[in-house]
Formats: sequence, C-alpha cells, structure tokens
Amino acid sequence: MSGWPILSLTIFVPLVGAGFIFLIRGEDAVVARNARNVALWTSLITLLLALMVWASFDPTTAAFQLEERASWIPAFNINYHLGVDGISVFFVLLSAFLTPLCVLASWTTITVRVKEYMIAFLVLETLMIGMFTALDLVLFYLFFEGVLIPMFLIIGIWGGPRRVYSAFKFFLYTLTGSVLMLIAILAIYHTAGTTDIPVLMKTVFSREMQLWLWLAFFSSFAVKVPMWPLHTWLPDAHVEAPTAGSVILAGVLLKMGGYGFLRFSLPMMPLASDFFTPLIFTLSLIAVIYTSLVALAQEDMKKLIAYSSVAHMGFVTIGIFTFNVQGIEGAIFQMLSHGVVSAALFLCVGVVYDRMHSRMIGSYGGLVHRMPAYAAVFMVFTLASIGLPGTSGFIGEILVLVGIFQVSTWVAAGAALGVILSAAYMLWLYRRVIFGALTKDDLKSILDLDRREIAIFAPLVIAVLWMGIYPSSFLDAITVSAQNLADNYAAALKAAGLAPPQVLVTGVSP
Amino acid sequence: MYSAIVFLPLLGALTAGLLGPWIGDRAARWATTGALLLAAVLAVIACVQVVLSGPPRDIEVMRWIVSGNFEVSWALRFDTLSAVMAAMVTVVSSMIHIYSFGYMAHDKSIPRFFAYLSLFTFFMLMLVTSNNFVQMFFGWEGVGLSSYLLIGFWYDRPAANAAAIKAFLVNRVGDFGFALAIFGIFMAFNAVGFDTVFQAVPAMADKRFVFLGMDLPLITTICLLLFIGAMGKSAQLGLHTWLPDAMEGPTPVSALIHAATMVTAGVFMVVRLSPIFEYSEFALAVVAIVGASTALFAASIALVQNDIKRVIAYSTISQLGYMFFAIGVSAYSAAMFHLITHAFFKALLFLGAGAVIHAMADEQDMRKMGGIARKIPVTYALMWIGSLALAGLPPLAGFYSKDLIIESAFAAGSGVGYYAFTMGVIAAAFTAFYSWRLLMMTFHGAPRAGQEVMSQVHESPKTMTLPMMVLAVGAIVSGVALAGLFTGGDQGQFWGTSIFVAQSHTAQADSHNVALWVKVLPIVVALGGIMVAWVFYIRNPGLPGVLAARFAWLYSFLLNKWYFDELYDRIFVNPAKRLGRSLWLGGDGSLIDGVGPDGIAAATMALARRAARLQSGYIYHYAFAMLVGVAVLVTLFMFEGGAP
Repeated sequence: MSGWPILSLTIFVPLVGAGFIFLIRGEDAVVARNARNVALWTSLITLLLALMVWASFDPTTAAFQLEERASWIPAFNINYHLGVDGISVFFVLLSAFLTPLCVLASWTTITVRVKEYMIAFLVLETLMIGMFTALDLVLFYLFFEGVLIPMFLIIGIWGGPRRVYSAFKFFLYTLTGSVLMLIAILAIYHTAGTTDIPVLMKTVFSREMQLWLWLAFFSSFAVKVPMWPLHTWLPDAHVEAPTAGSVILAGVLLKMGGYGFLRFSLPMMPLASDFFTPLIFTLSLIAVIYTSLVALAQEDMKKLIAYSSVAHMGFVTIGIFTFNVQGIEGAIFQMLSHGVVSAALFLCVGVVYDRMHSRMIGSYGGLVHRMPAYAAVFMVFTLASIGLPGTSGFIGEILVLVGIFQVSTWVAAGAALGVILSAAYMLWLYRRVIFGALTKDDLKSILDLDRREIAIFAPLVIAVLWMGIYPSSFLDAITVSAQNLADNYAAALKAAGLAPPQVLVTGVSP
Repeated sequence: MYSAIVFLPLLGALTAGLLGPWIGDRAARWATTGALLLAAVLAVIACVQVVLSGPPRDIEVMRWIVSGNFEVSWALRFDTLSAVMAAMVTVVSSMIHIYSFGYMAHDKSIPRFFAYLSLFTFFMLMLVTSNNFVQMFFGWEGVGLSSYLLIGFWYDRPAANAAAIKAFLVNRVGDFGFALAIFGIFMAFNAVGFDTVFQAVPAMADKRFVFLGMDLPLITTICLLLFIGAMGKSAQLGLHTWLPDAMEGPTPVSALIHAATMVTAGVFMVVRLSPIFEYSEFALAVVAIVGASTALFAASIALVQNDIKRVIAYSTISQLGYMFFAIGVSAYSAAMFHLITHAFFKALLFLGAGAVIHAMADEQDMRKMGGIARKIPVTYALMWIGSLALAGLPPLAGFYSKDLIIESAFAAGSGVGYYAFTMGVIAAAFTAFYSWRLLMMTFHGAPRAGQEVMSQVHESPKTMTLPMMVLAVGAIVSGVALAGLFTGGDQGQFWGTSIFVAQSHTAQADSHNVALWVKVLPIVVALGGIMVAWVFYIRNPGLPGVLAARFAWLYSFLLNKWYFDELYDRIFVNPAKRLGRSLWLGGDGSLIDGVGPDGIAAATMALARRAARLQSGYIYHYAFAMLVGVAVLVTLFMFEGGAP
C-alpha cells in the first residue's frame, strides 16, 4: 500500500467532491438532491480511505508513517510534508467518521443553499484532515486557519437568529490567537531555518525563546480547546450553529487545541511546558469545576452540552500536562471519546430541535412515552458523557486521573469532583427532557427516530461501546507514541538539568 | 461454565431489552428468567466445586485497558468468597424474577423491567467475580446504573425520578473515594490486580505518602478512601440518604437491589480487600465505629416510620451497619455470614411487604392498614418468619449470624469493640420493636383502610408466594446449615485465601468464649423489644400517641430522619445551584464577555456591521481573504529569511 499517496488522497478526495458539487447546475430541487448525494458518497469514500490509513498504520513505532514529501516553496525550504503517528492517526479517522454523519444529519433540515452547505462541509473535511496530517509548520498553519472559514460560514449563514454575533465572536477569538501563533512560527523559522515538524521536534530552543513561543502557541490553542476563561465563544457558537456545525465544532475543532499542545508545545518547548504546567492545571481545574457548575444552571440544551464540553476538555489539558503515559494517552483517548460523544449529544438535540424548533429544556418532558428508541440512544450518550465504565468516556477519564494522581493529588481530587458534577447536570438534563409525564400538547404527536436517524446513531453507539469495552483497538496504536512523547520530554528536562517529572513511588516515603 | 454464570444474565437482558417490542412480554419474561435460573443452578454447582476443590479459578476474558504499566483485563475469579456471593446473587435474583411475574403483571413495560433486573444481575456478578480494582469499579458503577434505572422505573412519577438521581449522585460521592483509592493504589503498587497488590501490601505497611498536602500513612489513607466508596454503596451513616428514597422503585427491586445484593457490595468489597484492611488498625476502627453508629442510628429512625417499605429500608441500613462493625473487629466471615442470611430474610420481608402492598391496592402507609392477617394468611406467616429471623431469635438464620457479630465485638476487648457491642445490643432491641410494630400495625388490630380496599384484599398469586417460600426456607435454615462452614472451626479451609485475618486479630475465635450473659443478652433485649411493641400496638394502642406528644422534639427528630436531607440540601445542593447560576451570569456573562469580546465588539461595531454583509455568502470574498493571508505570510517570510 506504500506505493500511492493515501494521505493526500484522504485529504483531497473531499475537495474533489466539493468541486463536483460546485459544477452542479439546474433546478434548485435537483441541485440540492445531487449535492446531498455527492457529498454523502464523497465523505463515505473518504471514510474508507481513513480506515485504510488505520489498517496500514504500524502500531509498534512512534515514528511518522505513510509520509509524503514534495517540494513546495523551495526558496524557503518549505515542503508539502504529510505523515501520521499514534497521536494523529485517530483524529484523521474521527474527522472522516463524523463528516458523513453530518451530511446525513443535514439531509432534510438544510433547505436553503444546499449546494454551498455541502461544499462548505467537504472543504472543512479537507482542511481538518490536512491539519492533522501536516508535518510542515506552514502547511499546518494554512489548514489550521483555513478551518475557520467554512466554520464561520456554516454558523453565519445556516445558523440561528443570533448567528452573526456568534460567528464573529467565534472568529475574533480564534483569529486573535492565531496572529500570535503566526509570529511564533516566523520566529521558529528564523531560528531553526526550517519549518519541518519532525526536524523541529529535535531542535533545542533556548529556554527564553521557548517561553515566548509557548505563550504564543498557547494563545491559539487555549482558545480552540477552549480553556477557561477563553471559552465564552463556545456556548454562543454552538447555540447558533446548525446541528451538523455543532457536531464538527465539538467533535473535531475543539481537538485542534489539544492536538496542538501535543504536537508542538510538549516536544518543541519542553522547558516552557514544564514552567507553565501550574498555569495549565489551574485553568483546567477551574474549567472542570466552574463550567460544570455553570452547566447545572443552563436552560438551553445546546448550551448545557457546550459547557460540558469545556469541562471535558479540561480533563484533556490536565492529562496532556501530566507528561506521563497514562495522562497523555488518556488525554488523546478523552479527545476521541468526547469527539464521538459530544457529537452524538448534539445530534440528539438536533433530533428534537428538528421536530419542535426549540432548544429549551422546558419545552420538553416525557419524551420517552412517544420516543422510546430516542430515549435509549440519548441514555447511552448521557452515560458515556458521565464516564460510566463500559463506555468510551470512562477510559479517557480514568487514564487522565491515574496520570494526574501521580503528579498532584490536589488536581486529581478536584478533577474527580468534576466527575460527580457531570453526573448531576447530565442526569438532570435527561430527566427533564426524557422522563416525567407527557403533558405538553405539542409533544403528543412527536415521532420517534426514523430510519435516517437510526443510521446516524447506530455507528455512534457502536463506537462508544467499542471504545469502552475493548479500547485496546485504539490504545495499542496510541501507546508507543505517547510513551515516546513522555520519554523525550523527560530526556529534554534532564538535559536541561531540571528534575524529571515526578513518577510513581517517589511519592511514597519510608 | 464459569463464564456462563456471569454472561447468561447479560444475554437475557439484551434479549429482553433489544428485542422486547418484537418478541412480546411473555418471551421477554421467560428469556430473562430462564437464563437466570440456569445461571443460578450453575452458580450453585460452581460454588460447591470451588469449595470442595482447592485453588481459585481465574478466567481471563480479554484485555481491557493497557497503558504503560496500567494494565487491566476483563477477568472472572471464582474463589470461595466470589462463588458464595455469585450463588446468593443468582438464587435471590431468580426468585425475584419469578416473583415479578405476578407483581408486575399489569405493568405496561414488562420487557424493560426484566431487562433491567437481569442487567443488574450481570453487573453485580462482574463486581463480585472481579480480580482487579478497575473491573470491580465497572461492576460497582454498573449496579449503580441499574439501580438508577430501576428506582426511576416509573418515570412518570417526579418522586421516583428525584430518588433515582439522588441515588446515583450520592453513590458518586462514594465512588469519588473509591476512584481516588484506585489511583493511589496504582501509584503505590504500580498495579491494580488484587493478587499483585495483596502480595505487596506487607512491604508497604509502614510507608507514608503526601495526599492533598498532608503526609499520611499510605495503607490507612487508601483503606479510608475505599471505605468511603463502601459507605456510599452500602448506605452508611452520612451517605445513607439515598436508600430510603430508593423505595420509590418497584418492590421487587427494593428486595433485590436495595436489600439483598447491591447494598451489600460495600461489605463485600471490604471483605474482599481484607488483605489491605488488615494492615491498618485505624481504618478498621473507623469501619467499626461507622458501622456500629449506623446500626443504631438507622434502627432509631425505623422506630417511627409509617411507610412499610421505609421501615424495612432503614432496617437494611442498620443491618449493614452490623456487618461493617463485624469487619471492624476482623470478623470477616461473620460479616459474610450475616450478609448471606440477611439476603434471605430481608428479601423475604420486602417481598412480603410487596405482597401486602399488592393486596392493599398499592397502599404503603401502615397507618391505613391493620386487620388483614386472616385475609392473607400465607403472607402473614411468611412475614413472621422474616421478622423472627431479623430479630435474631433462635433457631432462625439471623440468630446465628447476628449473635456471632455481637459476641465478636465484645470479644475484641477494645474500646471500639465495646462501643460496637453496646450499639449492637441497643439496636437489636430496636430491631425487634420495629419489626413487631410493623407486623402489628400491618396485620393486627382494627382495619384502618376503607371498605372498598378491605373487600379487595386477597392473597397473592402462586408466582409471588412460591419465591417467598423458597426465601423463607433460606431464612429458616441458612443459619443452622451454614454456621459450621462459614464460621466454624474449619472456616480457614472453607474460605481459603479469599479472606485474610492478621494473626493478632482473634476477636471472632474468642467470641466462643465470652461470658454467658453476653450470649444471652441479644435474645433478651429482642424479646423485650417484642413485648414493648405488643404493649404499644395491641394492648394499649393509645400509648404511642401519648409518648409522641410528650417527647415531640425527639419524635419529629426521628420522623424526619435526623434532618440529614434538610442539612445536605442547605449546605450542598442549593449552594451548588446558586453558585452555578451566578458563575454563569456573573462570571461568563458580565465579567469575561463584558470585558472581553463584547467590549471589543462594541468598539468595532461599525466594522462588524460592514463585515456582516459577507452573509450574502459570496465564496470569492472568502477566497480573496484567504489569498491575502497567504500573501502576507509569504511577504513576511521574504523579509525574515531573505531570498536564498
């Protein structure tokens, strides 16, 4: 399989599909139908390609695989360089997995500018996959920033009533961070003379420089994650975005921040990462507890899930900065799990929103009477979000907590407190929407999931249970890269004469 | 075979749960019950096998989580401890499945009910057969989930929903401790398998570690964190508030989950982890004090409750307290003995209460019962058996196990032991009193229900009485039959390696040599309790009212359950809600957004308004913007790097 550029194919097949859709002409209804079909098939082919990437991935090495390299701007030594390792491979898969579901979820609900909508999603898919596979800083930056544009359009054009405010808030926040990152990239190039990521990972920057670079990258990644207090764009963006927009936003876009920390901050700026760890822990812990409490007070389903996303991503940042295998692996797994679960939860909200056109919790109640299948599906994802063992959410959480406990029992205890709160707000949400007597007249004729919706949820349910019951399918591929990252980090600290991260038994004194 | 015991209930649950709408109520009932009966038969055979022949059997199903040194597998362990538990769980559970045929006959979602029951059984079996901490946690949370689903089974009722969430959340508080303990164990031992950890414990006995900024003894801290988990699941003092509310669930559920099996998981856990607890005197003392205090506290509340199921619920909490203080004096096998006998007679009492409720047209308030002994004689007789066993009167089951616990506490000879002994004896008197108060208020005296209800009172169908009879046999004979095996001279051989007791902990062995008055006292006070109940509710029915009026503060203190719920609402629940609201509106709304994006947005309103025209959706606008970005980038590079 090494003969052909599978990563490039995975990246650009959606773009080709978008090109086809662009060329569709004719009556509105026909155009819309063709656009949907082309988008669905394109995204399914991409999914197949992403699965092949996974199949040809060798889990025994931490090196980059399926590499592709072509000269791009030779004058500046900038290359078109792609590759995946255990950290990125499943994000490619996640992006490719969620896009067809998004297309399906928008099948009937998007009725205006269907053609442009589908183009936006396919372009978005190209950019997301490109971002996760890029091994050149400039290429990465282009994809990273490029993602903003289709997302901005999706919220701004197909969003709810306050879409303009939300879209701009989203744009302003993320762009501000990016400007600083761009400067940092220039500085890196200036110092190292290359933008090739594998080379840069081995480059040692001075401590002073690391600190500045770290802060610049942080300003961009922290917004994406989002970390408290840079999170307020998220609830607004989710509330106004169409369902599929929320799915991608929560499912993939939030992971760009965590991925960035893993790809750049830890390997390239280890000393700075060490220095700023207390900051990360503080902000993450506030995120976990603060946003969980805020989620308790929400009356809007989408807002509640958006806030829960901030809390769950707080676990991710905690895990990354434990610098040990369990923490890093847990963080990656938590991102994947959250990608599936939060996407599914937004789809669940979408189901009732499509029927009743309300996101307010108070508009519902007793849905189980009319929608038993929906109630069951919603329950599965609620439990996964709570982190019940046997679901994907548990694996990520417990690994992160195992990791952090070795570093700081305070942070571990605080984060574990968040686990209690997450149960509170999710069960409270579920109870108010699904349980209770069915008293509202307009709900009395609401219909259960149709076949299209079952086709959307079935793969998600399978993914959640698979990841929860047999996570080794995924962990095996992640673990070597996570170990390598942790080892390199420890070595870098040692080389600089700093104490290696606290591990295991050292906490136990005789 | 061993795998079948655990996975048959899951198979039944999936069949009923997923195919229920297609295969119908009958098939769903039989699929689950059939699978469970088979599992019960196999479990009993397995139990005999394990006891008869030597080493524990470990069956690895598949890998679960592997991350660096953190390795966990799905595995089943059958040693005496888990085999006994598995047999008890499957037998009681299958009886309750059968009982539910009759009790839930008119319910509209029968497949769902049976699916949940079987699912619960599966999780419970995963819990007891685990050979590592993480799978135990899986079962632990799984039974919590099933409990949540079953308490809230009648989802139309707001009270049931509230109780379900409360149960889940209070348990989560306990799980918080359990989870932290697991992390601590992994940090200290670099493993989460029972065998590895148990072997390493002696070497770690004197180590200390820093936890939350405090320098603490390692083993004691871990044990106390584990015990917080056990307290949540077994509803011990402080974390008990969910159990009485859990009575909102259907009665078979109360019998299975909230009396016989799930709530004993905490006791089981500590027994299973005896090789760790034995190395911390302090933790054992805490277990004993909490257990003994709970035994008395819950019994005191049961004295005045009027809801028939709540009386039994508080009785359960009290009995779990007995088991814990037995553990606290290292009488693990006595705790297990009481756990098993209690499973029989408490399940019997709950099912009996269910039969009464069934007969009385869903009435649960004992003040509206009375005078139905003759109308439902079978239920009446069975309730007597259950109550006699609970009160610990010979020769029924409770006598053997409860007496042994009380004697062991006395024989421990320590201050903690005497405290537990005192609490245990007083609670025994209370137990007898509330049991006969229940019997008399429910069955004797003048009927207090309406004419219509009284004319409808009927004996339950065979599907309900038959399982009760089976349990009644257990309540009568399990004491005599198991006393020798569980706690006799050869108990070391019986339990094998599954229970560890330190050499110096001899309370249980010494319990055979305590003075005669210690042995007789529990029976005397129990008879006394029965006498008082008789005087209060048969001889002189006006007396309770007079006393309640005379000691009004005490009465309302007990009636309101020591005001725990009110206290928790005031210090945890309401502040959390208020805090969440103020953080959202004040923190996110005013502070972060006000200063940040909205402030900036206001300043750049004009720009935003112009940019909003982009809404027209012209792609080339964005393409143009992107190109400008690339151009800027390339230009900057030229300045920085210079052409080569």
